[in-house]
Amino acid sequence: MTTATQTTTQVYRIYIKATPEAIWDAITKPEWTARYGYTGLASYDLRPGGAYTVAPTPEFKAAAEAQGFPCPDVIVDGEVIEAEPPRRLVTTFRMLMDPGMAAEGFTRITHEISPAPDGKSSSLTVTHELAGAPLLAALSRGDNEAEGAGGGHAWVLSDLKSLLETGAPLAG
Amino acid sequence: MNDDRVFKALADPTRRFLLDLLFTRDGRTLTELESELEMSRFGVMKHLRVLEEANLVVTRRSGREKLHFLNPVPIREIHDRWIDKYTERHTAALLELKAELEDES
Repeated sequence: MTTATQTTTQVYRIYIKATPEAIWDAITKPEWTARYGYTGLASYDLRPGGAYTVAPTPEFKAAAEAQGFPCPDVIVDGEVIEAEPPRRLVTTFRMLMDPGMAAEGFTRITHEISPAPDGKSSSLTVTHELAGAPLLAALSRGDNEAEGAGGGHAWVLSDLKSLLETGAPLAG
Repeated sequence: MNDDRVFKALADPTRRFLLDLLFTRDGRTLTELESELEMSRFGVMKHLRVLEEANLVVTRRSGREKLHFLNPVPIREIHDRWIDKYTERHTAALLELKAELEDES
């Protein structure tokens, strides 16, 4: 790993009072992904080489268009590289909502889930390798939150924790 | 309680400085961080351990090196739980005013 890739990688870790299986489902199943963070409908073909896409909910599409952002029918695409339920998921990731980010091409996201020693919680670590994708890196850090672009990975994970622990996302 | 660890970790200027260093450039080794501080290697290690225990720093191995990454999630959780709930609108306005006044001086 060169210095350049070190500085472009972002790492996020959160502890959630939930089983690895519950966290895995919340990441990979659209009925869960529609309920927190950016609320996209995730679709994973969970084998190496399988497709990964995120589609907007009708509400998300309407809200984006009301703000003047034309919303495509697929907002994220990528490919499954590794899938070991409920512990490890590696995919490529390309953001299609914005032409500039789409042109940055594919980045790589690793989700790692481990049960904590206390047996009551699990850690979820998200590592996003963002070399060559400064626009997506800014979005992932939450730099564009004031413009309504969401708070990036930290915001998504905080919302996911709230949903799994209390049954409701932060906004809800 | 996890919040206590985060507040304790943040209640030290050296540890806040380490977080600021990682914010400027993430994924640094102990040697790189140590070179920015007038403190023994052991002292820096102790501070990094407190930050790791508070989940504010996450380490990853890269070959023979151990890299330190700033994890903003616990601060986000405090933001979502405390700031968002009570004061965000006022805080944002005051922070803007402070930035403006400090720019002028």
